[in-house]
Amino acid sequence: MSRTGSDVLVIGAGAVGAAIAYFCSEAGLTVQVVDRGEPGSGTSSRCEGNILVSDKEHGPELDLAAYSLGVWQEDLEEHGAAWEFEQKGGIIVASQEQSMRSLRRALEAQRRHAISVTEVDSAELADLEPHLRDDAVGAALYPDDAQVMPMLVVSHLLAMARSRGAEVLSGREVTGMLHSGGRISGVRTPAGDLHADAVVNAAGPWAAEIARFAGVHLPIAPRRGYVMVTEPLPPRVFHKVYAAEYIDDVGSSASSLQCSPVVEGTPAGSILIGSSRERVGFSEAVNRDALRRIAANATSLFPFLRDVKVIRHYHGFRPYSPDHVPVLGPDPRADGLWHAGGHEGAGIGLSVGTGKLMAQALSGAPTDLDLAPFAPERFGEPTGGAQTIDEGDDL
Amino acid sequence: MAEPMTAGTAPIGAVVIGAGPAGLAAAAELVRAGTHVTLVDGSPRFGGQYWRHGAADDSPSAPSPRWHHGWSTYRELRDTLLGAEHAGHLTHLPSTHVWALDHGHAGGFDVHVAPTSEAVGPQDLCTIAAERVVLCPGAYDRQLPVPGWTLPGVMSAGSVQAFIKTQRRSPGQRVLLAGTGPFLMAAAATVLQTGARVAAICESTDLTGWLPGGASAALVPSKITEGAQYTSLLARHRVPFLRRHAVTEIRGEDRVRAVEVSRVDAAGAVVAGSARVLDDIDVVGLGWGFVPQTELLMQTGAETRLDGDGSLVGVVDGSQESSIPGLFLAGEITGVTGAAGAVAEGRVAGRAAAQSGTGRRRDAAARARHRTFAGAMHHAHPVPRRWEDWMRDETVVCRCEEVTYEEVTTARDDLALADPRSVKGSTRAGMGMCQGRICGFAMACLSSQSAARSDGDHAAARQVSNRPFAMPLSLGALAAEHTDGEQPGSASSR
Amino acid sequence: MNSSSTTGRSVTITIDGAPLRVPVTRTVAAALLLDQERMAWRSTRRSGSARGLFCGIGVCYDCLATINGRASQRTCLVEVADGMEVSTGSTTDAPGEPSARPGDAAHG
Repeated sequence: MSRTGSDVLVIGAGAVGAAIAYFCSEAGLTVQVVDRGEPGSGTSSRCEGNILVSDKEHGPELDLAAYSLGVWQEDLEEHGAAWEFEQKGGIIVASQEQSMRSLRRALEAQRRHAISVTEVDSAELADLEPHLRDDAVGAALYPDDAQVMPMLVVSHLLAMARSRGAEVLSGREVTGMLHSGGRISGVRTPAGDLHADAVVNAAGPWAAEIARFAGVHLPIAPRRGYVMVTEPLPPRVFHKVYAAEYIDDVGSSASSLQCSPVVEGTPAGSILIGSSRERVGFSEAVNRDALRRIAANATSLFPFLRDVKVIRHYHGFRPYSPDHVPVLGPDPRADGLWHAGGHEGAGIGLSVGTGKLMAQALSGAPTDLDLAPFAPERFGEPTGGAQTIDEGDDL
Repeated sequence: MAEPMTAGTAPIGAVVIGAGPAGLAAAAELVRAGTHVTLVDGSPRFGGQYWRHGAADDSPSAPSPRWHHGWSTYRELRDTLLGAEHAGHLTHLPSTHVWALDHGHAGGFDVHVAPTSEAVGPQDLCTIAAERVVLCPGAYDRQLPVPGWTLPGVMSAGSVQAFIKTQRRSPGQRVLLAGTGPFLMAAAATVLQTGARVAAICESTDLTGWLPGGASAALVPSKITEGAQYTSLLARHRVPFLRRHAVTEIRGEDRVRAVEVSRVDAAGAVVAGSARVLDDIDVVGLGWGFVPQTELLMQTGAETRLDGDGSLVGVVDGSQESSIPGLFLAGEITGVTGAAGAVAEGRVAGRAAAQSGTGRRRDAAARARHRTFAGAMHHAHPVPRRWEDWMRDETVVCRCEEVTYEEVTTARDDLALADPRSVKGSTRAGMGMCQGRICGFAMACLSSQSAARSDGDHAAARQVSNRPFAMPLSLGALAAEHTDGEQPGSASSR
Repeated sequence: MNSSSTTGRSVTITIDGAPLRVPVTRTVAAALLLDQERMAWRSTRRSGSARGLFCGIGVCYDCLATINGRASQRTCLVEVADGMEVSTGSTTDAPGEPSARPGDAAHG
């Protein structure tokens, strides 16, 4: 316990920050969460709430996804109704031979890693999704894929953290890091300094800015995606359904606009339709071409959608990591600074696993997964200078 | 009726959005100045809400409808525009809605239009590139939830009036009007003129709020005359005008049958023990002033502010130009002032958009008088601060998604949610078909801890006005413009 | 369109299969309200509550019905025409659409 501050200060009150706050406070650590907006006002409220194992490449990302799924299903099982956890299952549809071949390769790798998946033929597919296009080349069913309502996840995790003594400070922007005795010792905000033994960078797509305050290079960048929401409908889409081409998009590093269809229903009746990926910084200008292409992709998967109306759209900035593997753990370049980010489009699903692992690490306990593959320093060093503030400074 | 335009390569001179009093006035000035105008409106005919009418009223030989004010102004504007259309200076796109408005790439505007979903024919989308836009989207009644307000037979005060204007019959035979504002009297007068009865008017204020602004009321003599006409009509029909009263419960099984009214104090808090029941009511018309349709304005990112009645409006200069050059705003979108004020603003905006010099002095003077009057009106008819007093746990706040008062307040309090966006995201209030148009004001009141921020109310009002699609669009229509020949789902892009 | 041809003119529409003769000036909502004397013609998804006309000008999406096969039409905005087919009911089920989930062993 530091002299005046908390054990852990989390920058970012999104799903990842909220999960860290919850598990840290569960572990008996004192926690403060700080966010320049309201909780969940970043990417967590602008996504679909997916919890997927189906789209992960084998390796650390898949390991984290499988681990996190276990946390949703076991550690947090009793709260499932509060955030509308629905294990509806996912279906990847291949419309072309090439993507069917990619899909089969992915299936083989996934089975070796104990991911539950079955290849389905067109008769079975028609039974699972009667409104799907009837000319798919093939498909795979992942019964473990699930969905939650992200804002409820954020709100409930923080409420539980608060009830265990955590403090959530919204509307407070971090403007610099505090530095004392050679380590990061807290953050500066316009409303005053906050001291902590450990500062966790859970700032989503803005993680690079926060890292710069500490003088370290963290190449997390925003990758924008649109979601369209339909009018409420009777249930017609029963799983999260997406095209095999989506896997290639996620794994690509292209900065130009990439779109592939992702369609899923919600308990409230609206169907969520995605997806797009483009690197446009934090631009808020509407890319109408993306909306058109998403619509065309969706109607090609589900022809009935042609007559269905969209009533709103939103966009979120995924925190993109150059090697598609998240960043977790202490930063050896800045003692006292930790990172939990770079989850790209999987942040909601990976949030609770991230939270539990980070809490273990922050408590000095052994972590259930080896964090070495997620090392924040693996991308190399920057050339810029530090922006730390020594606590002796007068600003 | 004009054919929908195909997206041209050259930007069109000016697009006027909305064919109500402001839009018609702006379009008339533009064509007079020689600018080609494209006039887009969701209705099949001119007039907006204020001059809403049926087909029969457009006949040259038809008399002025009894319930219309300024009808001669309407006819004059309409004739000017029909003449311009005939001469090829105006393109009228009726039954067409602007679903999005962007800044164009070279400083103009992309006006994204589509037939309304009720329009007959194909639902093709089209984009009009415009050098200048005059945005006159009008307004709709502000609502506050009250127990029983989802019963059939409960509607907005504006709905009662709109019904009569087009059907020439009242939707009910014993109508109760409630809320605040002079519009309640106008709606009541309209009901009486059909031969139906008005059970009472419940006005939440005591009208003394007019006194400080009395001088400004005198600036608009037509309003005084109008007010006097209503008062004598109501007296003649012995309609109870219940000041400092509000509807606190609407009762009935399958539809409205009776209404409980209560006295309220200056803040709108219910006076205990004052409730009494008015029986045999078949329609209730509720209205708490008007809310401008701000979604297109919000899409452009133009500067907004909160007007005296709590409405989110656009900021304009003396030429009605917004903070975005080339985007002009007129009518309720700059502040609810009524039709005559809207016409004055439309004239100023039209001349400015036509770049034909400064506005006419008399238009600016009319605008000023109506704005002053509106300020007095807003001061006299505030939305009661204590409206939550009449709420019950099970009272629906969001009609579309049926989210109750208890659900909203419990989420807000248990989860420490501090702004409308967070409450919406955790309860779904505002996520239904109407995208928060009806429940937005109530949600902003319930969700924002605005005391904590100096601009809290304005920020909250902006949050509940964010609608990236101004109207629902079918995915087929959206997809149909996808023309670069790619296979759906491919990973590459140009 | 002029008054001499519309005054007193009626058209025949069908509502839920039943023919009805209504003045040509009617909106579909007005035909339901005045000629069928119904205050409600839709029920909500969550609680099955009855809804009809509310805002009257097309912003609230309460007054919806299926018109000539097109679902979710705002009846307050649509003027009647001869031969028009109106079908009312819940918006949770489009006419003739199955709403039950198919049998699926993979679902938990």
